[in-house]
Amino acid sequence: MSMGMPTVVPQQRFERETYLNKAYGVWSWLLTTDHKRIALLYLVSITFFFFIGGFFALLIRLELLTPAGDLVQADTYNKLFTQHGMVMIFFFLIPSIPATLGNFLVPMMVGAKDLAFPRINLLSWYLYIIGGALMLHCMLTGGVDTGWTFYVPFSSNFTNTKFVEAGIAIFIAGFSSILTGLNFVVTIHRMRAPGMTWSRLPLFIWAHYATSIIQLLGTPVVAITIVLVAAERALHLGIFDPRLGGDPLLFQHLFWFYSHPAVYIMILPSMGVVTEIIACFARKRIFGYQFVAFSSIAIAVFGFLVWAHHMFVAGISVYSALVFSFLSYAVALPSAIKVFNWTATLYKGSIHYDAPMLYAFGFLGLFTIGGLTGLFLAALGINVHVTDTYFVVAHFHYIMVGGALMGYLGGMHFWWPKISGKLYPEGWARLAALIVFIGFNLTFFPQFVLGYLGMPRRYYDYSHMPEFQVLNVLSTAGSTVLGVGYLLPMVYFLWSMRYGKPASDNPWNAAGLEWRTASPPPTLNFDVEPVVTWEAYNYEELDAPPQTQEVTVG
Amino acid sequence: MAEAETVMGLHQEELQHPELLHHFADAEQQRNSASLGMWVFLGTEIMFFGGMFCAYLIYRHWYFGDFGAASKSIDATLGATNTAVLICSSLTVVLAVWAAQTARKTLLVTMLTITMLLGLVFLGIKAKEYSDKFEEHHVPGASFSFNNAPLPHHPGQYANPRHAQIFFSLYFMMTGIHALHMIVGLGIFSWLLCMSWKGRFTPTYYTPVEVGGLYWHFVDIVWIYLFPLLYLIDRRR
Repeated sequence: MSMGMPTVVPQQRFERETYLNKAYGVWSWLLTTDHKRIALLYLVSITFFFFIGGFFALLIRLELLTPAGDLVQADTYNKLFTQHGMVMIFFFLIPSIPATLGNFLVPMMVGAKDLAFPRINLLSWYLYIIGGALMLHCMLTGGVDTGWTFYVPFSSNFTNTKFVEAGIAIFIAGFSSILTGLNFVVTIHRMRAPGMTWSRLPLFIWAHYATSIIQLLGTPVVAITIVLVAAERALHLGIFDPRLGGDPLLFQHLFWFYSHPAVYIMILPSMGVVTEIIACFARKRIFGYQFVAFSSIAIAVFGFLVWAHHMFVAGISVYSALVFSFLSYAVALPSAIKVFNWTATLYKGSIHYDAPMLYAFGFLGLFTIGGLTGLFLAALGINVHVTDTYFVVAHFHYIMVGGALMGYLGGMHFWWPKISGKLYPEGWARLAALIVFIGFNLTFFPQFVLGYLGMPRRYYDYSHMPEFQVLNVLSTAGSTVLGVGYLLPMVYFLWSMRYGKPASDNPWNAAGLEWRTASPPPTLNFDVEPVVTWEAYNYEELDAPPQTQEVTVG
Repeated sequence: MAEAETVMGLHQEELQHPELLHHFADAEQQRNSASLGMWVFLGTEIMFFGGMFCAYLIYRHWYFGDFGAASKSIDATLGATNTAVLICSSLTVVLAVWAAQTARKTLLVTMLTITMLLGLVFLGIKAKEYSDKFEEHHVPGASFSFNNAPLPHHPGQYANPRHAQIFFSLYFMMTGIHALHMIVGLGIFSWLLCMSWKGRFTPTYYTPVEVGGLYWHFVDIVWIYLFPLLYLIDRRR
């Protein structure tokens, strides 16, 4: 090389090393301990299960297109709604945001190089895969028909489907969820960068902290419940068996002690995502930071005290029902605090209508409807009237799909440039957000009406009440629109990985440590260990032109 | 800049510790993280056992006398021996941690070995108990029988065999899952023994011994609750 020649700076000629191009090959992924790669492993796996669960949902909706039970048999229908629930809850919604976006972002947001226990993080993915493989095997060789709630004594003594296998699958997936929560708690406590105090943490982190608490304290209880039911079925122990004097209601208490807070495992991370998005696209510091932060903790705590509102008609004491009804109202307070603070953040904000923000708006509206109908259900009188109707089905889909899934999609769009280093096509993304919103409401709003009019859930044949067909047709039509809305992002995300425009380090000009490193980030997240000297959501500072900062003193 | 470089330089020296994983700033952070992780995990374990304790509480309240009669049929001497064995093993675990902290390798290896032997003795006695129960037809299921067991405080009345079956279901679940935790503990301690044999633990790096010890103590403490609830609730003659 001659000295006199004009040279090109070598760094520009070679591609920068990122977590994506550091190593290639299957084993570099399957044996990775990098939280970002594990997040992508999870992303692929949960997407797979999402489409399986979605396929079951479409079959359910197709069956209900006509009042007669003409597409599938009654037994098959029972298995369809059971597997739809089990797959969507335990293999998609519970891991959805925490295991993908949370895994990717928690260490970066607190300024750490990785989660506290990287190998346990990988172990949690393998446990998820083992549980998922068992569940797949169970579904392919007959499936389960107990409903996702697997109430005893049907699940323990009567069903002739493969409950034990499904139970083990859920048990293992639950263990994976516990390990994720454990990793987050320790990381948030012990791995924060210098200057990253608790009150400077992004609210995404607070939401994940609250989620982890529920995962840690709730999941073991459903785990032991599954063990007890499986032992009752396989070894003929009798802990819930009414023939021996055992109490099936005890099962329901133990089951809902986890499974009610599990709803908050699904919705709290979504709230965290929406908080980040709203602050960024309104260009404002979040209104009432501490209230939003502690309302997450309050939801986690109250969430453990309301479980018996699933059992108002199951024969519990009316006095305890009164208390649980009251506490269920109480859990609306922290949720309302969040919604009001998001709205106050939007007030006089300079709002940008990019795709993540459209999803966040969708979340706000749908979560509010889902939450308010939750109050209907917390009221004893109305609860008795609409128990086991489509009103309940519509309510929890507004929370879990309208809320949790909208937040998940919003977050995927918001952080996609960081994850992949590529920009997704904005026009398509806005269209998809619109399709999802319309499809969702078309699918589930008619179900509120159906339920209030008295259509029971879990019926495959409603030929004795043909007047419900119009609303069911609307719902089925909506579900196909919704399906398109979910396929679209998958297609253009995949497309953008190859053909998308390269993303800058901070395409949204967002606050937060994860935006202060490269897109996609290097394996150790930051080239220089970050030191935090600013408050969270300092959008006013970010947007202020430099000269105005200089003349402030005086 | 010069100052920053010195700080970085010191920092690099700290990083030299061979057991320090890449994503921790220093050994202190690594130790604190591991310790907190185990405490949090033990919290989940409390909830896991909690489900069974909750079931026990309710049925003991409902079927008070039947539980007492059923409990009386278990050999309390074996249970008491096992309690003593486990308390001794907790002592040897503490001594093992101390040995690791003070770089006494032989003592560490000895203590870990004794702990594991005590764990095996516990499991052996447990197996004897199970086999007794099997012979007496006290294992829940089709061949279960528990007849003519007098109800405490109700002369001339007998315990309801169906309620007793619930007691034995809980007995087998609670002690069985506890024994499973003992087996996992033996696995952890085999690994610790292997590592300390190779001399991997030093006064600056003994976290695995400490954290493994925490787990062992937890499993012991669960037994401390199981023993009176299952063996001692009705021992008055």
